[in-house]
Formats: sequence, C-alpha cells, structure tokens
Amino acid sequence: MNETKLIFQHSRPGRGANAQAPKPVSEDQLSAIPASLRRQHKPGLPEVSELDVVRHYTNLSSKNFAIDKQFYPLGSCTMKYNPRGANRAAMLPGFLARHPLAPASHSQGYMACLYDLQNFLKEVTGMKGVSLAPMAGAQGEFAGVAMIRAYHDARNDDGRTEILIPEAAHGTNPATAVMCGYKVREVPVGKGGDVDLEALKEACGPQTAGLMMTNPSTCGVFERQIEAIAKTVHDAGGLLYYDGANLNAILGKVRPGDMGFDVIHMNLHKTFATPHGGGGPGAGPVGVSQRLLPYLPTPMAGLDEESGEYSWIDTDTLPTSIGHLSAFMGNAGVLLRAYFYAMVLGREGMIRVGEYSTLAANYLLKRLQQVGYTAAYPERRASHEFILTLAKEAKELNVTAMDVAKRLLDYNQHAPTTYFPLLVPECLLIEPTETESKEAMDDFIAAMEAILHEAKTDPDMVKEAPFTQPVRRLDDVKAARELDLTWSE
Amino acid sequence: MPYIPHTPDDVSAMLDAIGAERIEDLFDEIPAHLKAGSSLDALPEGRGEMEVTRLMAERAEQDRYALSFLGGGAYQHHIPAAVWEIATRGEFYTAYTPYQAEASQGTLQVIYEYQTLIARLTGMDVANASVYDGASGLAEAVLMALRANRKSKSNRVLVPEALNPRYRSACDAIVRNQDVALDTVPFCTDCGQTLADSLNQYEGQDYAALVISQPNYFGSLEDVDALADWAHANGMLVIAVVNPTSLALLTPPGEWGAEGADIVVGEGQPLGIPLSSGGPYFGFMACKQKHVRQMPGRIIGRTVDLEGKQGFTLTLQAREQHIRRSKATSNICTNQGLAMTAATIYMSLIGPDGLASVAGHCHANTQKLADKLTAIDGVERAFTAPTFHEVVLTLPQDADTVLARLAEKDILGGLSLAKDYGMSNAVLVNATEIHTEGDLDLFATALKDVLA
Repeated sequence: MNETKLIFQHSRPGRGANAQAPKPVSEDQLSAIPASLRRQHKPGLPEVSELDVVRHYTNLSSKNFAIDKQFYPLGSCTMKYNPRGANRAAMLPGFLARHPLAPASHSQGYMACLYDLQNFLKEVTGMKGVSLAPMAGAQGEFAGVAMIRAYHDARNDDGRTEILIPEAAHGTNPATAVMCGYKVREVPVGKGGDVDLEALKEACGPQTAGLMMTNPSTCGVFERQIEAIAKTVHDAGGLLYYDGANLNAILGKVRPGDMGFDVIHMNLHKTFATPHGGGGPGAGPVGVSQRLLPYLPTPMAGLDEESGEYSWIDTDTLPTSIGHLSAFMGNAGVLLRAYFYAMVLGREGMIRVGEYSTLAANYLLKRLQQVGYTAAYPERRASHEFILTLAKEAKELNVTAMDVAKRLLDYNQHAPTTYFPLLVPECLLIEPTETESKEAMDDFIAAMEAILHEAKTDPDMVKEAPFTQPVRRLDDVKAARELDLTWSE
Repeated sequence: MPYIPHTPDDVSAMLDAIGAERIEDLFDEIPAHLKAGSSLDALPEGRGEMEVTRLMAERAEQDRYALSFLGGGAYQHHIPAAVWEIATRGEFYTAYTPYQAEASQGTLQVIYEYQTLIARLTGMDVANASVYDGASGLAEAVLMALRANRKSKSNRVLVPEALNPRYRSACDAIVRNQDVALDTVPFCTDCGQTLADSLNQYEGQDYAALVISQPNYFGSLEDVDALADWAHANGMLVIAVVNPTSLALLTPPGEWGAEGADIVVGEGQPLGIPLSSGGPYFGFMACKQKHVRQMPGRIIGRTVDLEGKQGFTLTLQAREQHIRRSKATSNICTNQGLAMTAATIYMSLIGPDGLASVAGHCHANTQKLADKLTAIDGVERAFTAPTFHEVVLTLPQDADTVLARLAEKDILGGLSLAKDYGMSNAVLVNATEIHTEGDLDLFATALKDVLA
C-alpha cells in the first residue's frame, strides 16, 4: 500500500468544502471584539474539498486492523463484536440533540435509560449502588480510590497512606493510587498465578487504605483465595477495590459484590461491547457496597416512584459525594450503547457471556498447547483469557513474543497483548471473546502453528515481519529522539 | 444466542478438545458458595434489536425537540454529514489503541494530523492525542503545571471565579486528593472580566500557575495579554482554557502576552461532536515544546520504518502508566479516539475560512439576540465587557422561574446563574450559526410573554 499524504499536503489556497460553512460575516458584525484580541493570521487548517476529505480519511481507515475486519484477541481488552444496533440507537436524533444541561422536563427519556442501566449494572455486579459518571476505566479507578479515601477521611482514619496492588496489575492501578495521594506497595504473585497470601498478610496493617485487584487476575486465572484476601484486608481496616477489566470472564457466574469487594469499576467498552474507537471513548461506571454509597460520583439518575419522574441526584442532594469528574455527566453516548447491549442480552445473555468467553479461551489454550506453545499456568483453568510464554523460543530460536505478534499481522490476525503482565517472560496474553466463531479461532491456531514452524525453519521470516502491512517495523528510537509531533510544510 | 455464533456441534467439539464435559466444569476453580448470588433474577429477559430499538426510539422521542439557547460549555453547531459517516466506519469505530503500529497506521496518522491541527489552532508547539473532556483536561493541566514549573515549590494554582463552575468543580474533585489547592481570583461585577488589578493581592506569593479562560463563563473576553504577562512576571505558568471555535477569530493562546501560554486545554465538542447529553466529547491539550515530557496522555510521532518509509507510532511512552506505573504523569490510558477522529474530519472540512465564518455567525447572532432581548423592558446586559458567543442578561424576575416557564413553551432560554454565582435574576444565553432570525424572534416573543 502506498504512503498516504497528510491532509495538509492536499491543501490548495482558495479551495474548501463550500457546502459546509455559512457565508462569511462582514467585519462590521465583528466590531464589538476589540482589535487587540483578534487573531492576526488564519489558523493553518487545510483548504480542501469535501471529496478530498472523504477520500483521504476513507483511505486512512483502510490502514487499520479492526474487529469488523479481523480476529482481534488482545488480552485484557475484550475486543468483542460491537453491535451496530447499539450505534444506531445512541445516534437517534432525540439523544444526539439533548443538551447536557437541559432541564429534567426535557430529559425523561434519556434519564430512564440511565436509571435502568444503573440498576442493571447493580444486579450484574452485586453492588448496592452504581454511578455511571466516570468517563473511562482509568477514571472509574480514580473514582473508586477517591471514594476509599473519602470513606477513611470521614472516619478521621487518616493514618491510612498505602494502597496494596498485586504485581501483575494493570499500570493504571498504581498510577491511580498515586493520583489519589496514596503510596503504592506491591504484593507478589505466587507460581500458580494467585496472590502470595502470606506476603499480603505481612503487608497489611494500620497504614493500609485498601487493595486493588482484578479477578480473574491479569494472569488469566481466577484468584482462588479471594475470600481469604478480602478477610485479610478488611480485618486490617482496608477496603477492597475490584478492577473490572476482566469482568467479562465471570458475568453471570460470580459477582464482585459476593466476593467481598467494596468498590468496583466496569469497562463498558470491554464487557458491554461499546466500541474502542481507536482508543476511546470508553465509560467506567463504578459500583459500591453499602458503606461507600454516600461517596458515589455525581450526577446519577434517580426515580420518584410515586410520580414516575426521573431527577438528577447531584452534589446538592448528595453533599458527601466525591463530586463531578467531568464538566457534565460522563460519556452519555457510550452509556446508551451499553444500555442497548444490556437490553438485548438480558439475564440469560449475561450468563452466556461468562460461559462462552471462558469456553473459547480454554479451547484456544488447549489447541495452542497441542501445536507446541507453552502455557504460563498449565495446571490452571483459563478464564476468558490466558498467557503463553515464549521464553523457550526466545532462548533457543532467538524469536521473541514481539516477533510472533508482528508475524501474525501477515496472517491477517491481530496480535495478542505482548509483554503484559510483566512478571511472565516473553508473554502473549490472549483473549478470544464469546463472539468469535470456532472457525475464526481455528484460523488463528493455524497461523500460530505456521509461525512456530517458520521460527524453526526460517526464523528471519518471523524476526523481520511484518511484510504485508502499510509499513514495516518502525524506528521507535528515532521517534522518541527526534520528536516530530506536528507537521510543518 | 445474540452475538454468540456457536452451534451445539461447535460447543461439543470445543468441550471435547478441552476434555471437559460441560461448560460449567470450566468454572470449577471458583468456590461453589460464591456462585449463589449470580442467578441475576432481577434482570429483564433479553429482547431483539427491533424491540430494543423501538424502546429507545420512544425514549429519544420523549426528549422532544426544544429551541435551545443553552451553552455553558456545550454548543450546537452544524455537523457535516461526512464527519460521522466516516468516523463510524468499522475500521475506525472497532479498532483499539494503536499499540501494533504497523496495523494501525490509519488511526495513528489521524492522531498526528489532529495534533497538528490543534497546535495550529492554539498557536502552540505540540498537542497530545486528547483527554476525556475540557474539565478533566483542566485538572490534568493543573497537575502538569505543578510538575513543569520548576521555579515554584507551591501546590497552589490561581483560578478565576469567572471560569466555568463545572470546570472548577471537576478540577477540584480530581486534584484535591494530591493536596493541590485552587485559589479563586474574583471577577469585576461591572465588566464581567478578570482584571489584572485583582491579581495584585497575590503578587510575591508562590503559585505554580494562573488559569485564564478565554472567553470566560460569562462569555466575556478577557484582556489575556495583561493576565499572561502578569503571571509570567510572577513566576507562574499560564494555563489557557479556550473555546476552539473562537480561536478562528481570537488571538491564539500561543501569542498571549510577551511569551504566550504554557499549557492550553479546552472542550473539543464544538468541533463536530453532537451535544449528546454531555459526551463523549474530548478535551484538547497543547503545550510549549519544553513541557512535552510533562504532558499526560498518548502522543504520536512521525518516524520511518526499516525501509526508510514514513510511518507513525506512539512515542514518549515513558511518561505513561503502562510503562511507568506509579511514576506516570497521569493514570489516563485511552484518549477519546473516535471523538478526536470526528473533530479531525470536521476541522479538515470546515477549513480556516469556514471556521472563521462559523465563529463570526456565533458572535453576530449572539449580539443580535442580546439586542432583541434587551429591547424588552427590564432585561439588560449584566456586564459591560465585549463577548464572544454567550452573554449574561439580568431579568426583572427570578431567573429559575422564568426559565421554567419558557421550558413549558419548549424554549430552553439559557442557564441560570443563581446557584453558581448567587445572581438569582441572571441568565447566560448563547446563539450559534444554527439559529435563524426566526429562532431569535421566537425567543424574544416568548420571553416578553413570560415577563408580561
């Protein structure tokens, strides 16, 4: 595929998408703006025709892998099918036109959807209250830890300065704890993929504000000692935070609330099939146990049972709330897509998500072992995802996990997550999701088998891959050393 | 099974391969008594796309069209059809963060173009790939300023009272956990601006940054040159909060005062994003080159591949949480990719003259609206300062009551300033290029009726 020019390189002075902008206003009509505040030269936006723009961005789109085009087994990202119906529903004119500050009288339809979604998520997770306000998983984490802090602060329990985090955790967990003013203490993970309980017991104390963890963990296995972990943290006076990154695995099987978690965030762009959009927008609703209810971020949708009218629960009615985390009320359009998905799946559909995502992962793991790959936790059941380690291949064949990932692109398969979690050497974290057919997985298995064969017979094919993409491997060192972040003619 | 493709034969074949009898066996590592709560009895039965679409269409219809003059940080603009037709192509809509650069050149090049567009619009050196929204972007900017201002040891930042109160409260909710204090600079109650004189009381005190909002929440235009110069003279960085449409007409932050702003943030919604109840929008963020390593979020760089061909990749990742963990610049992971993609398409379509024309109509229509409304007895402009596309009017009656009565006529006649500023008779009104002369007249007539 040829190099695509930048949109700026299509620009010609005097050209424009002339159907789009209104006619210019006269200078007279701008006379109220003092000359000293006026821009002296035009901003350097491109001057291009409508067709230029449509063609340019359509061509660029073709340079992406996407769920709509390829199997996308990116571990911990839950790249399942994003129903088109959800997009159409969220883009209904009545929803798109609603101003975020429109009065409740003109918002009942929208608020009904939010209210229903709050209740749906509450039941699915076993929590006592849900706020849809956080705009992404990381902001949901922030809200969760901020609530933990608000809880301890309200009790004047101010010696709690530490958040415990298993070493396999997502990078957002420690970064979030720091944003909430906490120190981070890592807890080791044992050989089988479970948290080292003895080490946790030693780490817990009066300085412990809480523990953040994912279950199933990022090792792709269910944390079997979860009750003992919950008891240890609670006995020390800390609270338990559930990172919902892997909620897909346990939907309808076991609920975070029943495992003893005090606060959780959900990634609707994972578990509830809203699109990842090339890196967002997401939505990261939070759910809480009884004792954190007063601190939920606002606004939330409330219902007056008698009148049947919806109203906003805001900081004036919930003054203990940690407050607003955005100018308005979070990523509304993402919430509507998740609501559509929840309503289509319903109770039995939710249960199937956990079942079939787990079935797919265990199938894929078994077959990849059969064709010669090494599981990081061979004695464990896979959850909705699992880890392969290519330590042996790296040592014996000098072919790394990254090489295999890049070669997969040539087989028209998106690469799994590479080098995460950090504690497993040369790892691939693989998550097929429940929406991929057996044939799609078999194609992936065939590609993996072929690559392993290549690694043994023609390793350069793997080490120099990809060959079929718009670009070959990129010079990341040059990108960082000779920063080129904006175009100039 | 909605969205699950497996036939009974597939399921048995997969179970056979695994060596399990039933799917339930795959959950045998979960303690049995923990599973009890998960029958999910309170959830509704699933329905088809037709039924759910009908339900949601009825609800969308319920929030019936009203003639709106609401602004306050989210604005109605014409969105070219091509913007979302292209942004919702599956190749953009269903891709993930471009970690595999070779298979994500589409998204990566879009972000590089977006960074360029934002840098040019704001007059800054560099931009990131966007943050969640304008308000949370301000929180990121405040935290960034604390890191970037090496001369200051302070964890305090000066924030104008005339800043959008929703930005103020979200920013506070995010930064207060790191013991960052936001001190308030009052506005002039006659002119509706933040005067350089009101800053004198802070002279000689250690603050990491001064936030300047252009226009401010009242729509008033600030004397940004004087404010920026004052901040720099007092060892503070300048954080600009700007409306992107206005930048087609107004001095870009990069040129404020002698040195220009250091960090710029704002709400990207006016650039092709529908109102959609407040999101998803995106926050744009730009800065001077020297501060780039303190900027949070994704940043894309242009480089070459091993054959020397141009390509785009995530860069400066050592700032980010997936590498630096607890030492990262922020916990932010994703950006607002799809909204940012739409804005890139919007800016390309609208062009420099088009954006100036949109901004011009916003300004002119708001002036016209203010003239029509202030022709009504007892309705007056609250402040004397020049404005961009919002203006505060005082009414002869309680604003909340008047707005509620207008809403009964399906006119959303502005935002009350009662709760946020204790100005119980004041409303903030906005008009943009989408309002016709007839719309403005309808509002004026309705307001006259309500006040009569």
